[in-house]
This record gives sequence, C-alpha cells and structure tokens, in this order.
Amino acid sequence: MIIVFAVFLLTLLVLTAVAVVRTENLFVAVMLMAIFSLLMATNFFILDAADVALTEAAVGAGVTTVIFLGALALTAEQEKPIVSGRWLPLAVVSVTVLVIIYASFDQPRLGDPGAPAHQHVAPWYLEKTAEFIDIPNIVTAVLASYRGYDTLGEVFVVFAACIGVLFLLSVPPVKPQKSKSSDNSSGLRHHLIPQVVGRLLVPFIFLFGLYVQFHGEYGPGGGFQAGAIIATGIILYALLEGEAAALNAIPKSVLMAMVCGGAMLYGMVGVAGMILGGNFLDYSVLHSDPVIGQQMGIILIEAGVGITVCGALLSIFHAFAERD
Amino acid sequence: MLEILGYYNYWVFALVLMIGFYAVVARGNLIKKLLGLSMLQSAVFLMYITLSKVEGATAPILQKGVEDQIYSNPLPQVLILTAIVVGVSTTALGLAIVVRIKEAYGTIEEQDILKASGP
Amino acid sequence: MLLDILSWILLCLGGGFVLVGGIGALRMPNFYTRMHAASLTDSTGSILIVVGVMCQAGLSLATIKLLTILIFLLLTGPTATYALANAALLSGMKPQADTDEGRSSS
Repeated sequence: MIIVFAVFLLTLLVLTAVAVVRTENLFVAVMLMAIFSLLMATNFFILDAADVALTEAAVGAGVTTVIFLGALALTAEQEKPIVSGRWLPLAVVSVTVLVIIYASFDQPRLGDPGAPAHQHVAPWYLEKTAEFIDIPNIVTAVLASYRGYDTLGEVFVVFAACIGVLFLLSVPPVKPQKSKSSDNSSGLRHHLIPQVVGRLLVPFIFLFGLYVQFHGEYGPGGGFQAGAIIATGIILYALLEGEAAALNAIPKSVLMAMVCGGAMLYGMVGVAGMILGGNFLDYSVLHSDPVIGQQMGIILIEAGVGITVCGALLSIFHAFAERD
Repeated sequence: MLEILGYYNYWVFALVLMIGFYAVVARGNLIKKLLGLSMLQSAVFLMYITLSKVEGATAPILQKGVEDQIYSNPLPQVLILTAIVVGVSTTALGLAIVVRIKEAYGTIEEQDILKASGP
Repeated sequence: MLLDILSWILLCLGGGFVLVGGIGALRMPNFYTRMHAASLTDSTGSILIVVGVMCQAGLSLATIKLLTILIFLLLTGPTATYALANAALLSGMKPQADTDEGRSSS
C-alpha cells in the first residue's frame, strides 16, 4: 500500500522538477524548489530515513529558500528566455536518462535485503552499537563516533563555506546603490498579526531545536538538524522585527565565535582523547567506563556541530540580507 | 507489477538528475543553474537513501524489548545527513559569487556576461 | 473498534476537505477566491486529519505531540494566509466582488 503512495510522491517530484526548469520567473522557481525539497523529505521518510527527512525539511525547505530569496533580492527576478541551442542538451540528457534506466535493471531491487550495500559494515554497526555505545539511534552513533573523522571534515567544509561567503559579501559594493534602508530594515513591524504570532512561535522553535539537539541520541535528531532549526527561528525573528533587531540580539562577533568555537570544540574533543592516551576522536578514554566515555564524546561533538551549523547559516543569512 | 515498481526510485533518480543537469547546461541564468545544481544534488541523495532501504525494516533506532526487528542501513543515511548541510553551505557560496557577478557586470545572464567581458 | 471507525470517518472527511480545497485553488476565478478556498479547507482538513490520527494513536505520548502539531498548524495557517493577502493588497492587487473574468470562466 505504501508503495503506491511512494510512487505518487516520486511522480510529483519529477513534475515539480520539470516545473522549476520551465518557469522563467525565478521567484516562482525558488518557491517550487521549496516544494521539491518538502516532497523529497517525505520520500526520505517513507524510505525509513527519519534523520535525513528532518534535515532535508529544516535545511532544504527552510534555510535554502531564504538564502535563495536573499540572493534574488540582490540580482534579478526574471530570467531571459533562451534563444537557441536547446536541442543538443535535450538530446544528450534524454540519451543519458535512457542509459541510466537501462543500467538500473542491474541494480538490486528496492528493499532487497541481500543487496551488497547491506553486507559490509552496516550489520556490524547494527549489532555492536548497543554494546559499545549503548544509545538507541544508530545514525547518531555512526555519525558521531564510528565515522567521526568524516563528520569533522563536513563541519570544516561548512566552516570554510561560511568564511568564503563572508569574504565575498563583506566587501562594500562598488557602485553606491539606491538607499532604501529605512523601508527595508523595519521588517514586518507594521503588520500586527504575523508579528504577534511570530513572537509566540519563536521561543517554541528554539525549544524544539534544543529538544532535537539533546534528544538526538534517542530519536531522530542531532547537531545538524538542531543548528538548522534554531537558525530558522532566528531568521524568522529577523524577518519579523527587522535585520537590526536580530543583529542586536546576536551580534556578528558572537556568530563568528559560534562558527569557530563549535568547530574548535569538535577538534578539542579529539585532541583530549589523544592527551588521555587514546587515538584522535576516540571517546572511550574520556571516562573510566568506555561506554559512558563514548556517550560524553557524542554529546560534546553534537553540541559542537549544532553551534557551528547555527552560526554558519545565520552568518550567511546576514551577509545576504545586509547587502542591499 | 511490484517487481517493476522496485526500480521506480532509480528511474526518478535518473530523471531528476538529468532535469537538473539540463538546467545547468542549457539555461543561461546563473541562479537557474544553481537551482539545477541543487536539484542534481537532491537526486543523488535520493539514490543513496534508496540503497539504504531494507524491505520490512524500520528506521535505524533500536527499540528495547522488540525481538527480531530488522533495521534499515544507517550508513548511507549518515553520509546524506551531513551532505545536505554541506550542500546548502556550498550553494550559498555559489549565490555569493553570483551576487558579486551581478554587481560587476550588471547582469546574471551568461550571454550578456560574455558580451560585456569582451573578446 | 468504535474508535477505529470514528478515526477512519474523520480521516476520510479531512482528506475530502483538502481535496475540495485543492480543486478550489485550481478552479476559482481570481487570486483572493483561490486563497479563500485553499486556506479555509486547509484548516478544517488538518483539524479532522490530526484528530483522526489521534484516535488511531490512543492515549500516549504521540497524542500530545499530535496536539502540539495541531496547535502549531492552527496558529501558522491563518497567519500565512493573512500575510499572503496583505502582501497581495500592498502590491496593488485589488479584490473585486464581481469581475468580468469571473463571469466568463465560470
């Protein structure tokens, strides 16, 4: 029964993708892209990936849309119609689709328990997590402990991308643009209803973010999702009260400290393991009981991830929003 | 019938991947290219999550007191979880470059930029 | 058993409301009537669906989570509709009670 629903959602996904490419209004395209992300999150949930679905819904549908809209406000809203030369790409793309579909019949069927992907390390993770780390959410265990190096790398990619955006956008514009700051910075201050409801919701969004952060060992969640959710809450505050109020609440220096401090915290946990006589990012030595040591390490590095992601997304948002 | 539907996820992966690629190569607008790029990225995510699914399994969160429960493969989920957040950061970097291009050339259309930069 | 039947009735009713809203959003003649169709049925549909799912879940932690989701939806849905209508009005789209366009397409 669920497969019918999945096929319906996947078909909608393809239709939305076609609509994104066909429309010439970029604002419409960005909004359709948010719908695309939400459909993708639903599909992830059907495919048993609750953590990934939560991340896609918070990041793909929430933060990405806001950043795209910020960029649209600085560039153009309408795309020029293409004049010529669309048949060659179309032919190449169609042929490639047919080749991939032909090749897909050599793939394992969806949900095949004997597929090669399920034979290598995954059974070991599923079997030994209860013994070595003793937390229910295996995704968090693999993310933070077994593949800690990988996650450390990803956190530093987020860090580097944030620094890159700040480098590119903190240079003042060459031509002085027409000043519309007084109109722009007031946000939605004169709209009573969104403001009242927004003020009501922002604390609960933070609360939910913290729940996702600290419940990540037991249910879907963790630092990546929590950072994105808390960043969304602050972006909502910025949209309601104006850019200046949000920067007043969390100044840029604090944001930079969050971006650097979170990544540092992650690295320091690894170094602490080395000082205590283990390997880099080996949490077992953090406590006399290796299992509790592992849990301590996971909580610490998840906190580092959450702080970095939240700080980086907010810095990127402010960099785009301040530009005009 | 259901045997064939087992491959449907791969076909959607192929279609979305190539729709995104078409937007990257055939559209001149730089923001449209970035939208296509993030769509291409999402298609790859779908492929990985499809590989992690096991029939009759549930999300890989251990349940106490339940015997013989099978779980989906956590490893691809971890890879994609981190890749989504990295994806939005790199997209933001691309958008920052587009904003600077707009300020330097006054346009974000590929042909106009090529014209403006001269031979 | 009774609870099961009740929850299915609620779920089907909710689905029907959302479907009607979707048809209305496609078929209505202008922006404001479309928004009207989508927003009202959306609120009713979400109440019915969430209450139906609550009947299925029984009295547990899931019920409280669903109640929270319901309150969240009831707060944000109408607010989003208001913000949309307000933005349309500010950008110069006047609501018209009886348009030629409406007559010709109905």
